[in-house]
Amino acid sequence: MFVMNQPTNPTIRPSDRLTNGGKYAIEARGLNVFYGAFRAVKDFELNVERQKITALIGSSGCGKSTVLRSFNRMNELIPSAHSQGAVLFHGKNIYDADVDPVEVRRHVGMVFQKPNPFPKSIYENVSWGAHINGFRGDMDALVEGSLRQAALWDDVKDKLQQSGLSLSGGQQQRLCIARAIAVKPDIILMDEPCSALDPIATLRIEELMKELVERYTIIIVTHNMQQAARVSDYTAFFTVTPDRTGYLEEFGVTKQMFTSPHSKITEDYITGRFG
Amino acid sequence: MNNTPATDYPEGEDGGRYVRGRQRRGMIWSFVFFGATMIGIVVLTALLFNVANAAFGFVLMKDKVQAATLAAGDVPLEKLPKEALVEILQTKVSKGVVRRLESEKPLAARDRDELYGLVLARVVQPEMIKSWSLLDSLTKRAAIRAEADALPDARLEFRSWLTLAFITSPQSSNAELAGVRTAILGSLWTILVTILFALPVGVGAAIYLEEYAKDTTLNRLIQTNISNLAGVPSIIYGMLGLAVFVRMLEAITSGRLLGAVADPTTANGRTILSAGLTLGLLILPLIILNAQEAIRTVPRSLRQASFGIGATRWQTIWHHVLPGAIPGILTGTILAVSRAIGETAPLVVIGASTFIVQDPSGPFSKFTTLPIQIYQWTARPQAEFRNLAAAAILVLLVLLITLNATAVFLRNRYARSA
Repeated sequence: MFVMNQPTNPTIRPSDRLTNGGKYAIEARGLNVFYGAFRAVKDFELNVERQKITALIGSSGCGKSTVLRSFNRMNELIPSAHSQGAVLFHGKNIYDADVDPVEVRRHVGMVFQKPNPFPKSIYENVSWGAHINGFRGDMDALVEGSLRQAALWDDVKDKLQQSGLSLSGGQQQRLCIARAIAVKPDIILMDEPCSALDPIATLRIEELMKELVERYTIIIVTHNMQQAARVSDYTAFFTVTPDRTGYLEEFGVTKQMFTSPHSKITEDYITGRFG
Repeated sequence: MNNTPATDYPEGEDGGRYVRGRQRRGMIWSFVFFGATMIGIVVLTALLFNVANAAFGFVLMKDKVQAATLAAGDVPLEKLPKEALVEILQTKVSKGVVRRLESEKPLAARDRDELYGLVLARVVQPEMIKSWSLLDSLTKRAAIRAEADALPDARLEFRSWLTLAFITSPQSSNAELAGVRTAILGSLWTILVTILFALPVGVGAAIYLEEYAKDTTLNRLIQTNISNLAGVPSIIYGMLGLAVFVRMLEAITSGRLLGAVADPTTANGRTILSAGLTLGLLILPLIILNAQEAIRTVPRSLRQASFGIGATRWQTIWHHVLPGAIPGILTGTILAVSRAIGETAPLVVIGASTFIVQDPSGPFSKFTTLPIQIYQWTARPQAEFRNLAAAAILVLLVLLITLNATAVFLRNRYARSA
């Protein structure tokens, strides 16, 4: 095995550096994200509270997903993307030069729009992340625990060696959630996790999110406003400037936002007048 | 038409005719494409027939000394004991040849089969007077028989030039004894070197270009050049191999530097190693392009999933990208290797031996390959060698089919497990 990313200061373990204290789970400070010369998101500020579900809503192309991906530096996988400003994870800017994105992503997990289990067994789907991140505990217990937390254990306990791709769409998405929580993240980012699922599978994922939020902070991008209203504690509404740069129009407690939004644009959007 | 509102589209009978016309045009195209497929099949069949036509057929043989005259009483030649065979050799073969044979290995120490072979080769000396193609053998049987009957000493036999003995015998200047063992071994050794060199280098380059290289002008230039290299004539690679591997790196390719051979001057760098590396260079662009294509087919979502749980780029490549790309890489590699096996021109340039009887023993041996052997046999004046060339082509085809079948098998296996 090769040596995983050594922190620059060997006396500070990544877990110390990235998980100590802080009022919020993650904070964005003056974040600007660019694709080449195009500014996709401007001057984004957000405090995400711990163990709450924060929903990012807004019409297509307003930068919700871009913002979500900047919370675990997944944007960097897009060659032309770069960003300015800071994302503070427990007080530490994850864009600092001494932070390795690999380290960030272990603490800020992600669930994608389309279920994307590895073409490996169900067991390996869950254990692989733990394995590569140097997990030294009881792997069987970890796999079972993660699958139980993802409400998938009863469905798959007798076929752990079968391919993850043999499961239904909803089960695959829960497997992806189990895979994400197996590496014990603080935050789980969900990028429209239900958009490829049928209503019943969607409902199960939503119930699951409400269970998971007792342990994890969840940030979800969704196009479905009912979903945002149903599951989230806080909602951030994005919109675009005339030159198509996304920005945060309004942020608040979900209940308040859906009943009496401050902004006219927000009101138009959530009452379905546009978007 | 009266009740339907007027539209800009053909309606009613007019519309039906229009649809039929479109379907007819489609039919014509499908016939054209069927014809294209048939041309391919006909050409391939003609090629196979042409090879088979020369590889099988009647031959008219005449022995210089009739085997019956060598029989001792009731015992025919092929049943004679060892001692009698030695006696025949000693009496019927010139003194000089006997002495040479004795010095190689005493006649008395040789076994019966070997002695029988010597008697056939040195005393009976069967000689081919005439050979017929497979087509003639099947259609003009009566005429051939009449011709054979006109020569009382001659024997007419139906011969397959492709025999087990042909595959297991080394090269010989006597068409009756010549085989392709040295050429098959030479081809296999060369291809082994080619694969060992081109596969890791090619896949490595493909991984770099697809997964690591940034989209810069330099990298785009490299990419374009690799695509162009795939189209460079193979003889150019032969000249490159001659200059670099045979001449410049002679110390290495002849095995002198490693002390691997007793007398490196016998091959002078014109070794299996040089040939394998040259063919490796030849197929490197193909392998790189195919591997890139295979790597590109691995979905982005899989990479994202891997990065998303904190995998490094290399872990993502090793655990997810490569396993997903293996079927494609294998297919591409085998296709490239099939091309390398059939290459003749670059090997002629770097100096493949046209006549060796000794099996190659390693990467520093002199060598010949099947295509070289075929090329050399077809260039000979004697008709027999053209039959041998046809048989050698069949061997080469079987080798190619085996390789392709292996590729399909491996691909299916990996595709299932992925």
